[in-house]
Amino acid sequence: MATRDNILKRIRAANGRSAEASFQEEQIAGRRLRSHDRGPLPRLDWEPAARFRERCLAMLSTVDEVERLADVPEAVARYLRGLDLPTSGVCWPELAGLDWVSAGLAFEGRPSRGDDMVGITGAFCGIAETGTLMLLSGEDWHATTSLLPETHVAVLPAARILRSMEDGWDLLRREHSRLPRQVNFVSGPSRTADIEMTLVMGAHGPFRVHVVLVNS
Amino acid sequence: MQVTSQQFKQAASRKLADHKLQTALMNARGRLVAARARSIQELDNFEEIRQAAADIRDHCLAYLDVYLEEWERNARAAGTIVHWAESHEEMNRLVLEIARRNQVRKVIKSKSMLGEESGLNEYLEEGGLEVRETDLGEYIIQQAGENPSHIIAPAVHKSKDEIADLFAEKHKRPRLTEIEALTHEAREILRPHFLDADMGITGANFLVAETGSTMIVTNEGNGRMTTTMPRVHVAVAGIEKCLPTLEDFSLLMRLLARSATGQSISNYLSFTTGPKRPADKDGPDEFHVIIVDIGRSRVLGSALREALRCIRCGACMNHCPVYQNIGGHAYGWVYPGPIGSVLTPAYVGIDKALDLPNAATLCNQCGVACPVKIPLPDLMRKLRERQVELRLRPGGERLGLKVWAWLATRPRLYALATRIAARLGRLAGGRERLIHWLPPGASQWTLGRDMPAPRGRTFRDIYAARRRA
Ligand code: SF4
Repeated sequence: MATRDNILKRIRAANGRSAEASFQEEQIAGRRLRSHDRGPLPRLDWEPAARFRERCLAMLSTVDEVERLADVPEAVARYLRGLDLPTSGVCWPELAGLDWVSAGLAFEGRPSRGDDMVGITGAFCGIAETGTLMLLSGEDWHATTSLLPETHVAVLPAARILRSMEDGWDLLRREHSRLPRQVNFVSGPSRTADIEMTLVMGAHGPFRVHVVLVNS
Repeated sequence: MQVTSQQFKQAASRKLADHKLQTALMNARGRLVAARARSIQELDNFEEIRQAAADIRDHCLAYLDVYLEEWERNARAAGTIVHWAESHEEMNRLVLEIARRNQVRKVIKSKSMLGEESGLNEYLEEGGLEVRETDLGEYIIQQAGENPSHIIAPAVHKSKDEIADLFAEKHKRPRLTEIEALTHEAREILRPHFLDADMGITGANFLVAETGSTMIVTNEGNGRMTTTMPRVHVAVAGIEKCLPTLEDFSLLMRLLARSATGQSISNYLSFTTGPKRPADKDGPDEFHVIIVDIGRSRVLGSALREALRCIRCGACMNHCPVYQNIGGHAYGWVYPGPIGSVLTPAYVGIDKALDLPNAATLCNQCGVACPVKIPLPDLMRKLRERQVELRLRPGGERLGLKVWAWLATRPRLYALATRIAARLGRLAGGRERLIHWLPPGASQWTLGRDMPAPRGRTFRDIYAARRRA
């Protein structure tokens, strides 16, 4: 602990403060930590669903839309067949009860082991400003499902499209008492431009991200 | 990493003559600048956000100890094991100890500048571990046994052909020629390592005090792999990375990717808060964070304090005419470009990087591009002044300035001397009115260009004549 205390002491000295944090300092920092004040936001006056769709496409995700959750398997089958992709893989347990079989698909509700070609997840919310999926990890929200397979399909209720990341944090605070192990913001497929600044999809994560919006 | 900044001049000359490098730099030049310019237009209030970002970073630094303690409290509550380190050796040793305690043999690493500073890879390899960089650029230079030349695009100095040769040799596979194929070969080679590595090491773009999280930004997804697949995860982070709230992060993120690559947002933003929870099916069993103060608190108390606002976007180097021409290696340490010219002397010692703050025209392209408004030219000027105060400038330069100061404070003598110099200059310029070489001390100036010769009259003469007229 000597190292820790030395470092903190040096910081205080560098800031011209006395050895112990004063009541006033604690107050200022404490207020800031609790208030969750937002800084200046850019203009966010678009219609969220349309903006979300547009920004998803800009980040090179694809977007589809269905009326009910029960329509998801058909939509996923259409998407996978359209691109000639494998029709089996893993999904989050909350989606395992959908009728995949009738759509000619096979999805198991378990974490991905690394050889699954398609992973289907839900999403905590969508962020319209940037076309981003906000994913939480958890007992039934396996982080690997959106990461290891070559194709990631995310099922998102259209009602959960929020405007900004700040809105996402507020919703998270309302619905969960604390952060899960991991919060991931995913904006399109994995990519790199590390060789001669040339953009290539599928660096380490998925080659494709497909969002299925559920309207009701 | 060894500091070779004292060989800046020689290195820069070599880089200027290096055809391959010049081609690579030419290819990169302007692209990131144009991409940034386009993407900041998406924000109607870019300057307002930029000012707020600078203010947030200043606020963090002003209350850094309080926020670090808050961060630590929350991190511990989530099950994170927190360590503190005051030197590169201490940090390296802590990582190796964690590895040993957990019987780690194979390590995967997501880019960490702090790891570059401390030579972490080499240290762990000497300790018997297998360490693999996973960011494509870092992987390439690790395979090539080189150092990164840019903080965002570490292999920007290498051509596709060089990488093709390198991969054919290292992967023992047929030589590929397409960039896409090379990228996917690296993916294939690295995938099994992600799945069976025992430990993941990452840096941290930010620490969030409010939640006790560490967060990293990547486009490739290697950061997500490194923080999720191995059974042990170690993150190393400088003390200056601490932010109060998630809202502060959200504001900075509107600037970070735009300033770095011109993206509206990076593909993956990953916030990690503690190890695997009891019911979780993935994530590491142990999560360690090492908070490091190597030179940071010293800079905090110095005239260079503003440099600690840096969010490592790379915009200053992308916009720097010097960087654009010589690339990153000549700077001789981890951070190239304008921010490197400030951080290198600040962290490793002003006397170990004398040329860096002088290798700038102070054109302020960097200051204008910096998303957190670091006045980089001012900081370089402060370092120059400090060099003079500490008598670190060469004897000839000191003497020259002394003579000039002596002369300049004697107006009559000064007028006479400049009059003579202007006449001599005209003679030296000849009919072309160009001077091809200057005497020793200034001879480097005419190495690559001519100096327009004075016309024979000094400014003071002309001014006086005008007044009379
Ligand atoms: S100094 Fe500014 S421009 Fe340069 S890397 Fe840091 S934040 Fe970016």
